[in-house]
Amino acid sequence: MSAADVAVPAGHAVRPVRSYLRFFTAELRLVFRRRRNLLLLAVTAIFPLVIGIALRLASPHPQGGNGAGVAFFNQLAGNGVFLTFIALSTLLVLILPVVVAVVAGDSVAGEAGYGTLRYLLAVPAGRTRLLAVKYAAIVTFGLAATFIVSAVALVAGAALFPVGPVTLLSGTTVSLPDGLVRLLFVTLYVAAAMAALGAIGLAISTMTEHAIGAIATVMILVVASEVVDNVPQLAAAGPYLPTHWWLSFDALLRAPVDTSTLLRGLLSFAVYALIFCSIAWARFTSADVTS
Amino acid sequence: MTAISTSGLTKRFRGGQLAVDHIDLAVPDGSVYGFLGPNGSGKTTTIRMLLGLAFPTAGRAALLEVPMPDGATQVLHRVGSLVEGPAFYPFLTGSDNLARYDAADRTADPRTARPRIEAALDRVGLLAAAKKRYRNYSLGMKQRLAIAAGLLRPRELIILDEPTNGLDPQGTREVRALIRQIAADGTTVFVSSHLLAEVEQICTHVGVMRTGRLVFQGSLPELRRTGAARVTVQTADPEAAAKVLTGLGLADARATLAENSGLASGPAPAEASPGATPQVPPGETPEVSALLGDASPEQVCAELVHAGIGVRGFAVTSPSLEDLFVGLTGEGFDVGG
Repeated sequence: MSAADVAVPAGHAVRPVRSYLRFFTAELRLVFRRRRNLLLLAVTAIFPLVIGIALRLASPHPQGGNGAGVAFFNQLAGNGVFLTFIALSTLLVLILPVVVAVVAGDSVAGEAGYGTLRYLLAVPAGRTRLLAVKYAAIVTFGLAATFIVSAVALVAGAALFPVGPVTLLSGTTVSLPDGLVRLLFVTLYVAAAMAALGAIGLAISTMTEHAIGAIATVMILVVASEVVDNVPQLAAAGPYLPTHWWLSFDALLRAPVDTSTLLRGLLSFAVYALIFCSIAWARFTSADVTS
Repeated sequence: MTAISTSGLTKRFRGGQLAVDHIDLAVPDGSVYGFLGPNGSGKTTTIRMLLGLAFPTAGRAALLEVPMPDGATQVLHRVGSLVEGPAFYPFLTGSDNLARYDAADRTADPRTARPRIEAALDRVGLLAAAKKRYRNYSLGMKQRLAIAAGLLRPRELIILDEPTNGLDPQGTREVRALIRQIAADGTTVFVSSHLLAEVEQICTHVGVMRTGRLVFQGSLPELRRTGAARVTVQTADPEAAAKVLTGLGLADARATLAENSGLASGPAPAEASPGATPQVPPGETPEVSALLGDASPEQVCAELVHAGIGVRGFAVTSPSLEDLFVGLTGEGFDVGG
C-alpha cells in the first residue's frame, strides 16, 4: 500500500520484517494445526504407500513391467526411486490440487465466513499484508504436501523395490545421488505448479464469504482445464491452460535436461501466479468487508 | 481533540439504498458516546466505515484525527473495536484466539504478548476459561472475549457495536460495568445500541440515528432540554382552565382524561358548561395540559386560582429520555397496541 503502512509511531516501533514473520508464523500454526488440513496431508502421505504396495503386488517379478504406456511404470520394477514420479504424476491429477484448493479457497473466504476477517482488518493487519501472509501460507502448505508425497514415495519405493543407479527416460543411466537431486527439482517444480494454483484459489477466495464455494470453483477450474487439455481439437489452447505444464516435470528425467519445456512450464506458473495475485489484491484492497 | 469526526459521511449500497446519509459525527475526547438508533438505521454501516472495513460513497471520516480509511494502518492499533458481534476461530482456545489477533498487529511487541493477553482476559473475567475452546464459550463469554481483544493494548478509543446484544440481564450489567471501567481509565468509548436504557446510565453524549440520518447529537442534558415540559391541571372545569392557559400564551392546550378516569364518562370536559359546577366524582377528574414554554409554573397556577378555577391537581412533567428517543427515531412497527 502506501508509505502510511510503514509509519509506526515511535515507541511502538517493531521491525517490519519481524512483524511479518510473526504474523506468518501464526498463520502457519493455524493452517498446520487444523485437523482438516492435517487430514489432507495424511491423505497425501497414504496415497504413495497404497500405490507402491499395489504395484509391488501386481508385478512381483523385477522385469514384469506392468502399466505399459506410462513411462515411469516400466522403470519402477527396476528402481524404487521411480515410485516418487509415479506418485507425483498420479496425485497431480486430483489429490494435490484438492489439497491446495482447500487451503487456498478457505484462506480469505473462511475468515470472512467466521467473521474474523473484519477483526483482522481492524487490528489492523493491513489488507496487502494479510493477503501476502495468506499467500505465503498457501505456498508453504502446497510445498509441504508435495514434499510429503515425494518423501513417502521414496521411502516406500526403497522398501518395496530395488534401488540403484537411475535409468532416465532417455535411456541414460545416472548415479543414485544424481537421480535424487533430479527428484528434488521435480518436487520443487510440482510445488511451483501448486503455488500457481494457490494464487488462483486465493483470488477466488477474496470474492466470496463461502469457503466451500471457493474450493469447489477452484476444483471445477482444474478439471475443466484438464478436460480441455485432452481435447485434440483444442490443442492450440493447451499451452495457456493452468494445468498444461504440470506433468512436464519428466523433462528433468532426460539427459540432457529439456530446459526449454521446463522454463515454459515455470513461466506459465509465474504468469498465472502474478495475474491471480494481482486480481486478489485489486479485489481485496477495494472491496467492502461486509461479513 | 475529537476522537471521532465525520463530515457528510455517506454510504450508498450497490442496490442504491442509502444506508448512511451525510452524517456529521463529533465525538469529544474522553466522552462515553452512545450511538443510538433502531436496527437498520445505519449504525453498523457507519462503524464499518469508521474502521475502514467499508469505503464511504461520499464524505470524510477521521479517527483520533487521522483520516480513514487511508490512515487505517496508522491509527487502528490505538483503537479497540467490537463490530457486529464477536468473531473468533471456534477450534482455538480463548487465549490462542487473542494471540492470533495480536500476531496480526504489526506494532504489538511479541515479547509482551503473553502478559498482555492474560491481563486482557483477566480484565473481562475470562482468565479461568483461557484454555477452553471458543466453541464451548457461552454467548456472554464470547462477547467478553471480543471486548478483551479490544483491550489487548492500551487504547485511546474503544468502539463497541451493540456490546450487550443477546446478553441476559446479568451479562448486560457486566458489560456495562466494563464500559464504565474503560471510560474511567480515560479511554473514549463509542458504544452503539438500539436500546436507550442500555446506555443511558453510562453515556455522557448521544447521537441518534434514524434511517441513515443523524437526527440528534449532543450531551445527555442537551437531549433532555429538547423535551418540552407540559403543565397539567386537574380541574372540574377544564374548558375554563384551557382558556386561562391559552390566555397566558401556552401552546397546545387540550383536555385530557386523568389516567384513572372511566371511559364511560365520555368526553365530559368538552361538554361541561362554563357556568355550572359539574359533578365529577373524584378519581375521574378531567385534566387540561399545555406546553409550559417560557412561562413559570408558579404564575400559571396563580392565574388559574385567580380566575376562580378549582385546581385539584397541578403538575409540570418532562418527557422521559425514552419518550424523546422514540420521538426522534419513530415508533417501531410493532409499537402502538
